Amino acid sequence: MDIHEYQAKEILASFGVTIPRGGIVYSPETAENKAREIGGSKWVVKAQIHSGARGKAGGVIVCNSPLEVAQATDKLLGKKLVTNQTGPQGKIVNRIYIEEATDIEKELYLGLVFDRSSESIMIVASTEGGMSVEEIAKEKPDSIIRSKIEVAVGIQDFQARELAFGLGIEPELVRRVSETIIGCAKAFSELDATMVEVNPLVISKQKQILALDCKMSFDNNAMFRRDKVSELRDKTQEDEKEVYASDRGLNYVSLDGNIGNIINGAGLAMASMDMIKLAGGEPANFLDVGGGATPEKIVKAFRLITMDKKVKVILVNIFAGINRCDWVAEGIVQALEKIEIKVPLVIRLAGTNVEKGNKILKESKLNYIEASTLEEAANKAVAALK
Amino acid sequence: MSVIIHKDTKIIIQGFTGKMGTFHAEEMIKYGSNVVGGVTPGKGGQKHLDRPVFDTVKDAVKNTGATASILFVPPAFAADSAMEAADAGIKTCVAIVDGIPSHDMIKIKRYMRRYSRTEKMTLVGPNCAGIISPGKSMLGIMPGHIYKEGRVGIISRSGTLGYEAAQQLKNLNIGISTSVGIGGDPINGSSFRDIIEKFETDDETDVILMIGEIGGPQEVAAGEFAKENMKKPVIGYIAGLTAPKGRVMGHAGAIVSAYGESAIEKVEILKQCGVTISKNPSVMGDTVKSVLEKI
Repeated sequence: MDIHEYQAKEILASFGVTIPRGGIVYSPETAENKAREIGGSKWVVKAQIHSGARGKAGGVIVCNSPLEVAQATDKLLGKKLVTNQTGPQGKIVNRIYIEEATDIEKELYLGLVFDRSSESIMIVASTEGGMSVEEIAKEKPDSIIRSKIEVAVGIQDFQARELAFGLGIEPELVRRVSETIIGCAKAFSELDATMVEVNPLVISKQKQILALDCKMSFDNNAMFRRDKVSELRDKTQEDEKEVYASDRGLNYVSLDGNIGNIINGAGLAMASMDMIKLAGGEPANFLDVGGGATPEKIVKAFRLITMDKKVKVILVNIFAGINRCDWVAEGIVQALEKIEIKVPLVIRLAGTNVEKGNKILKESKLNYIEASTLEEAANKAVAALK
Repeated sequence: MSVIIHKDTKIIIQGFTGKMGTFHAEEMIKYGSNVVGGVTPGKGGQKHLDRPVFDTVKDAVKNTGATASILFVPPAFAADSAMEAADAGIKTCVAIVDGIPSHDMIKIKRYMRRYSRTEKMTLVGPNCAGIISPGKSMLGIMPGHIYKEGRVGIISRSGTLGYEAAQQLKNLNIGISTSVGIGGDPINGSSFRDIIEKFETDDETDVILMIGEIGGPQEVAAGEFAKENMKKPVIGYIAGLTAPKGRVMGHAGAIVSAYGESAIEKVEILKQCGVTISKNPSVMGDTVKSVLEKI
């Protein structure tokens, strides 16, 4: 789960990280007052969407008066911002964060992620802040320093100090930089985060250490014990169909093609998508109804796929194990009594009681194309497009 | 003797009396697995499915001599149950459950470092189908009848894609020595490398089929291990050619976030390691067959 910049900043501030003064607004009218309340003579108006690279997309505007702040807010609110991370459809701006401008002396990079090789939390820091970590890794790989957190004892002061000295921080600022690193590490561990990124972490001309932009992501599997974090979810930033799916216990990812998929199991779903591609088609989605493929899930899956107007063919591929094919077939028949399908439907069943399952489908009034192997299913789905 | 589990392996069910635990315990018993009891805290002393229920894993181990366990407990309590199994001297523990927080998985793995290499439990999963040695024992939730007895070792992240492979092999009249589902989570108990190493020394396995997917470094690590240390042929398939970068594809661990984690990159690296690639998921069986014909 992702959260907004301002939410990440509030969280990190509660762990002792210093952030510039700022506030959130939802209308141009309140923006002007908010700017006055924050004070100073220069402000930054920042569109709050779940994406990086907002600056390049015009989502960050520097203003020299409260009136300009109101105008910038008016310009951004309600707009769809398209960045290199949002996809062509962009993301809607419903919230604006107004922040006092910072006189930047130096920009650093600080990130924390799960490192799957060492199975620990990895801190990544660089003197080249402001660029994405991928760009840093490509252009200035030597600037990157790393440190692993031992989860049993948490981050140690010496690790934070080593990183700070490694970044070439002047001695009188090392303590503040260390505290910032420790704050981020504690937030990561204590809130079940999967990613914390402060980019840039700046040293201001006034020698303050400030988190200028922050991103945090969290482990969906741990949200049962993170009530406060789960409240921060903003569904307006997610694909509508993906929200519908996640609310109903389906694993769904919206894609650009036109062959809709209903499959049980994530691996089989990815494999079926691969087969569609190899057969010359493009999948419209990834959809895993779960290993069990219960009739209820199948109904929900058909509802979801029919919401997607770009779908021209639907491919159902179920490998029934302990749930038998006859049971799955009954689920499909029941689902299609409730939901009307206007596009060709290809069904491939495999596994336990496959003959019985196919018999049930044949004897129903269902208009569908039968396939017996993965390859045949993909080929028939692509052929049905024409 | 087959790897990890064999015909007489004594199995207990953690979360025995729950709906999932009961259903799958029955399936395992039907298959012929030696289920000797189970654990549900607070229900110790009762009988369930004609087998004793214990309050703690230690009690169960002491009274039954169990060496393997399978977890059917909710994700919030799964880490605790896995550590309890490790501490009670269980040698093999399969965690079926999907949804264990990653922070918990790291804790389990750190906790298990307190045991010496010989005493350490093999944890398989979470978010997996479990282990089956066809005709001998099933410590998992797979449909046992699609697995024919034979000499191919399978390691798969995905459950249903592993079934697909087993079915393709059965249709070609090829059998399986052991199939291990290692699960789709970013941090798991046993990696591809851990299991491939066991297969190399298993005298019942001739070739190994490794079914991987996008995300993480494990498939590549196993390929590199195979190149340096293995004599047995390895066949590989990587799912997720069409998966976009940065998106989680169902499995929490199926996300491309760095170089070497996409399907194309993994396939390229595995080829360089001498792994025979199944070019698509519908020819996994045929690819294994062609490799078997050469040895």
